[in-house]
Amino acid sequence: MFGRRAFAVVLAPIAFFTACTSESDTRETTTLDVYAASSLATPFAYAGLAYEKAHPGVRIQFNFGASSDLARFVEEGAPADVFAPADLTNMDKIESKDLLDSSPVIFATNYLEIIVEKGNPLNISSLQDLENLDLVFVTTSPDVPIGKYTAEVLTKAGVSITPDSLESNVKGIMLKVASGEADAAIVYHSEVIASDGQVEGVEIPAEFNIVATYPIGIIKNSANKKQAQGFVDFLLSTAGQTLLTQYGFGLP
Amino acid sequence: MSRSRRRQKLPWQIVLIAAIAAAFFLAPFVGLMWRTPWSKFADIVRRQEIRDALWLSIKTSLMTAIICCIFGVPLAWLLARVEFPGRRFIRALTTLSMVLPPVVGGIALLFTFGRRGLIGQYLDSWFGIRIPFTTTAVVMAQCFVAMPFLVLTVEAALRQLDSRFEGAARTLGGTRWYVFRRVTLPSIRPSLFAGIVLAWARALGEFGATITFAGNLPGTTQTMPLATYAALDSNPESALILSLVMIAIAFTILIALRDRWLGRTEQGLSL
Repeated sequence: MFGRRAFAVVLAPIAFFTACTSESDTRETTTLDVYAASSLATPFAYAGLAYEKAHPGVRIQFNFGASSDLARFVEEGAPADVFAPADLTNMDKIESKDLLDSSPVIFATNYLEIIVEKGNPLNISSLQDLENLDLVFVTTSPDVPIGKYTAEVLTKAGVSITPDSLESNVKGIMLKVASGEADAAIVYHSEVIASDGQVEGVEIPAEFNIVATYPIGIIKNSANKKQAQGFVDFLLSTAGQTLLTQYGFGLP
Repeated sequence: MSRSRRRQKLPWQIVLIAAIAAAFFLAPFVGLMWRTPWSKFADIVRRQEIRDALWLSIKTSLMTAIICCIFGVPLAWLLARVEFPGRRFIRALTTLSMVLPPVVGGIALLFTFGRRGLIGQYLDSWFGIRIPFTTTAVVMAQCFVAMPFLVLTVEAALRQLDSRFEGAARTLGGTRWYVFRRVTLPSIRPSLFAGIVLAWARALGEFGATITFAGNLPGTTQTMPLATYAALDSNPESALILSLVMIAIAFTILIALRDRWLGRTEQGLSL
């Protein structure tokens, strides 16, 4: 369903196996655990491949999920080296518990778009169109970043909607809209790019839109701080930033 | 006979391994209770959204148990008693939804009964019926994952049943329906109850198929497991308490039913 992302997910293990067969005889493999928001899955998978290629012996293992889930894992002591949630709130949760090695850095931004079924059968062109009572609208609970941002945008536009479902993450929203079960939702612009035409994006005017900032930080208990810093530096480098813009993210 | 066997001394190795297994099941519950903020228990349980979720869970899981019984028993009977082409295929299919990850089941239901689904598109365009995001969808998702438990349990019992009793009843003039009601059903009663309880328990804990097919909306489709998962983000303490409430309900009913209907049976039914 999500072509490019699936491709990247398939590629990552292949890259891992080739890396193992060529390196395991000569040197130890360092595994870097990167916990990142699901919206970052595609560019991160490619960034991981590029980084592994440039640093033989380093293997990057991703754990993509809802930022709030990942924050909880980190709080409970999951072996994460790098943490990249989709909002500052979830980073603050980790920082306030003194689990970060240093202050987090902002490495990408995103903005929101309305998504509708392919072909836009209901001709939705503005946030006001979402107020139609028969329309099936889905989002997440306000604890997940996208749900919180969606509520912010709707409030700014003075639009009130009762959602038909509170999905657990962005992926759930995308499935419901791509399959035609839901008529509309609000997600990140990058998700529209990553969906490969499965859904159609409708722009939200800048006056109502928000800028989502993506912070990244290194976890205090990480055993591979050097490589963790290396990966963060790569994302901030020209190559990393180009990759992020290619998948619909903005620069900090 | 069974009493003397129970008193027999078991090899200590087996006792040790069994104790590890039991401890493995027990430890997570202790872990849960250890972190539970007991002082807030009453406040959290009294909240409206929690009561909604609890009521919805009880309502839908009981409905599922009834539907599973109505449709599952005839299917089990067919599988156990009638030779027909494709019987193995149907049985494999029944087992499949048991081993399938529930999320996959949910997606399959969505692509079948959803608004653009194989059957759902006609339900929508002909009758204006939309199943996803309704309580009906919750029950359907639960039936999909829970019915195999009943079918397989009842089928096994029907296979073991000595069909000569039914034959005798028929020769004494009982109609097929009478024999099924008065001879077959009473003979498999313990297995039937075990099957219903298993299906009900599975329905009560259903998460993956429900959230995928029915969505998650308080009051309509948010059952206890969904509410628990949602609470993990907003309020981890209430997630713990919700889990405990679910455990308490399931455990009480399993124990009560075991004593009531299954305690004295000799065949050692699987519950």
